[in-house]
Parts: sequence; structure tokens; C-alpha cells
Amino acid sequence: MHAGQISYFSCARKLKNYMNRTKLKNTSGILIAAEGLDGSGKSTQLYLVKRWLELSGHHVYLTEWNSSVMVRQAIKRGKKKNLLTPTTFSLVHAVDFSDRYHRQIQPLLKTGYIALADRYIFTAFARDAVRGCSNAWLRNLYSFAKVPDLTFYFKLPSKVAVERILSNRPKIKYYEAGMDLNLHPEVYDSFRIYQTKIGAEYDRLSQEFNFIEIDATLPIEIQQETIRAIIAEKIDLASFKNGEVV
Amino acid sequence: MKRFYIEPLPKCNVNKLHGKLIVLEGSDGSGRTTQIAKIKNWLEGKGYAVVNCELARSQLVGPELELARRGNVLGPTTLSLFYATDFMDQFENVIIPALRAGFIVLADRYFYTLMARDLVRGADPKWVQNIYGVTLIPDLVFYLNVSPRRLIERRWQKADTMDYWESGMDMGLSRDWAISFLIYQQRLRKVFLKLQDKYGFIVVNGNKSIDSITHDIVTRIEKLLT
Repeated sequence: MHAGQISYFSCARKLKNYMNRTKLKNTSGILIAAEGLDGSGKSTQLYLVKRWLELSGHHVYLTEWNSSVMVRQAIKRGKKKNLLTPTTFSLVHAVDFSDRYHRQIQPLLKTGYIALADRYIFTAFARDAVRGCSNAWLRNLYSFAKVPDLTFYFKLPSKVAVERILSNRPKIKYYEAGMDLNLHPEVYDSFRIYQTKIGAEYDRLSQEFNFIEIDATLPIEIQQETIRAIIAEKIDLASFKNGEVV
Repeated sequence: MKRFYIEPLPKCNVNKLHGKLIVLEGSDGSGRTTQIAKIKNWLEGKGYAVVNCELARSQLVGPELELARRGNVLGPTTLSLFYATDFMDQFENVIIPALRAGFIVLADRYFYTLMARDLVRGADPKWVQNIYGVTLIPDLVFYLNVSPRRLIERRWQKADTMDYWESGMDMGLSRDWAISFLIYQQRLRKVFLKLQDKYGFIVVNGNKSIDSITHDIVTRIEKLLT
């Protein structure tokens, strides 16, 4: 209908031609996401998955949900002048994610990588829903992003997660503690309530998106063993070996 | 009573929005700014309190958006979301409070411009529509319809060079800036006229004289206010 669409398709065709020419396999990559509360140990687990896959010679890339300088500046200004609303808080993060998605995750997938995402769109779904954005609006906002092939949910009672964080980090930041939600005037109490709400959202998302739940109270190596077994069973790892893709 | 397009904004009570929201749409060079100044005069002369707002002026991401525009490194989806952030910041922090206080908000463009730019670049219409589903349906929307030839003439009246984005140079339509401008503006115009039914734009012939355009617009506003 619009010229932009035509050029999109012609781009897709060019990419396909390019792939044929360079003998890249036109298989799409695999996306594996890790979600869970702060302190659930998901970063450690995903890092170990990355080590396992790269040591066994696979094309793998680990991507983290880090805020860019742009977002940090905007949030800082927003906070100082009290500008942020649930909608704009959500949008600022969507801008950041979109940039990372289109410049990193999507190209990795198009070129046949196993992409490991330490936090993905569900982090936004949980956090922004707690702030009052509607689920329908959020699902639409992030609809440009591929739903992961596997999503591991590191499930931990929010009480335990909060204790883990508080014992390691003496200071909790304003938004991390959900202070903008006016849950409690005291930072630590606010953090506890906030994390409990996020945990409840994650449990709901787990049903909706068929998360693979991992008991995050178990010893690290036991969790890792389970995760590796699941990945090996569900994904044809041989096709992601180095050297397969030229 | 005011209504939202698709769903209400979190924590916003429409019953308290007593003001009026009036939007002027049209490309750069369509005479929007001139008309807004004249309408504001007319309204204030009648005793109405007016608040102006325009795109890409948000406190939240205004500076970053300007940098992004200059750098031209963001993909189209990211840039759309960036503009959406800017728009929603002003919507929630300028438009809503003014309406709550009983002002007339004269908006120098609304999300329709952002939507048209996205659609011309091949964005999914549903996606864009849903993102802006949390905005208010304005009381009146005027679209200043001006031919691209006329727009380019007006460009020379206010600037020495052409603008990268206004010329749609990111779209690869032509290596020639003027040709690109004409094709791009024509496409935008088509999209606007397509959106007209859905969003109830009042199309104003922007090729007419300044005073006669003001007259047309003011007549409609007068009807709204009585």
C-alpha cells in the first residue's frame, strides 16, 4: 500500500539474496530469554549458559537489559522535574529497547545466532503493568519484538529476592524501589511491596507466555544442569556450531 | 465530555477536563504558525485563556530527540517511539493539566503528523494507532491542505536550505532534494486525506489568503464555543 512497505520487502529480498550469495544459512536464530526478580540469580545462570555454548563452539551472544545514556539522562531529568508518568516511563524504555532490538538482537537472529537475553520485554510488561499501563497497550507497544523460543523464569519468593538484594546493596534507587508509586514513604518498605507486585505480575506472565519455571532457591549448579538439559532437548544445537555458518 | 481514542490514560479522570482541545495540522510551510497566532489573538480577545503546544518540545526527551534527528542513527521504529515519548510527555504534562484548568489548548499539530510520517515509512497502522490510543479525541482538528509546490516556495521565504527530514531524504526517494521533497510531501498529503474520515479532520484550503483561512477556522471555533 505504502511505498515504505515496498521498500521493506525489497530490503528483505536483498537480505535473502545476500544470504544466498554468501552461503549463509537462511535459518533464523534462536532467542532465549531469562526473566525474574532482581536477586533471582538469572544473570549468573544465563552467563553460565553462554559459557557452555561458546566453549562447545556455538554462535552465541549475550545481551543485557541495560539503560543507555539517553534513557538515564531522560529519567534523571524526568525525576528532577517530576515529569514521568506511567506512559512516558514505559515509552522511554521502549525507545531504548527498540534501538537495541533493531541494531543488535534482530540482526543476530537474522544471521543465525543463539541470542541470550538477560531480561526481555516481559521485564517491561511486569514493571509497567504495576505502574498502571494496560496489558493490551503494552503488548502492542512491544509487538515488533520476537517472542522468545524459550523463556526461563527464575522463580523466587519475593521475600527471599528482597533479602538477597538488601544484604548486598545498602542503597536502593528511587525507581528501583518503586517510590514513584507511593506504596510506602520508606524506601526499603516500598522496595518490598514493589517487588512483591512485580513477582505477582511475573507469575501471571508465566502462564500467558509459557515460561519454563526454574526454582531459583536451588543450588546454582543444579539449576544450570536443568537449564542445559532443556536447551539441549528443545534446540537443534548442531546447526549453531561454528563453521556451519560461513 | 472528553473521550479517549481507545483506552483511558492510567489515572486520568476525564470528568475534570473542562477545557477545549483544538488542533491545527499541516506540513511545515502550510501557514500553521501564522494561523495559530491569529486564532490565539481572537480567542484572547474574547476572554478565553489559551495554552499553546507543539511537537518535539517536551522537557523529558526534547534535547535527546534533537540529537537523534541530527545524528540519523536510529531506525524508523525507534524514532517513532522517540517521537511518541515526546508527544505523550507534552500530552500528559501540558495538554491534560491545561484542560483540567479550563483552558483552550491550541495544539500546533497532534499525533496525526507523527502517524502520517510513520505510515509513509511503512509502519503497521494498527501498531501506531494503538500506541496513540491513550490520547484524547480533540474537539476540533483542522488540516491545512497546501500543494507541495506551494510548500517549497514557502520554504525559501523562511530558510536558505532545505531540511533533511522535511524532504524525506531518509527514504531514498531521490538523490535530488527538491524532487524528494515534492514526492515525500505529496505522500504525506495523501495519507492525511486518507486519515481525514477516520479522525474527522476539517480540511481547509491552505492556498487561500491568510485572512480568509482565519475566517473559516474561527467560524468553526465560534460554533464550538457557543
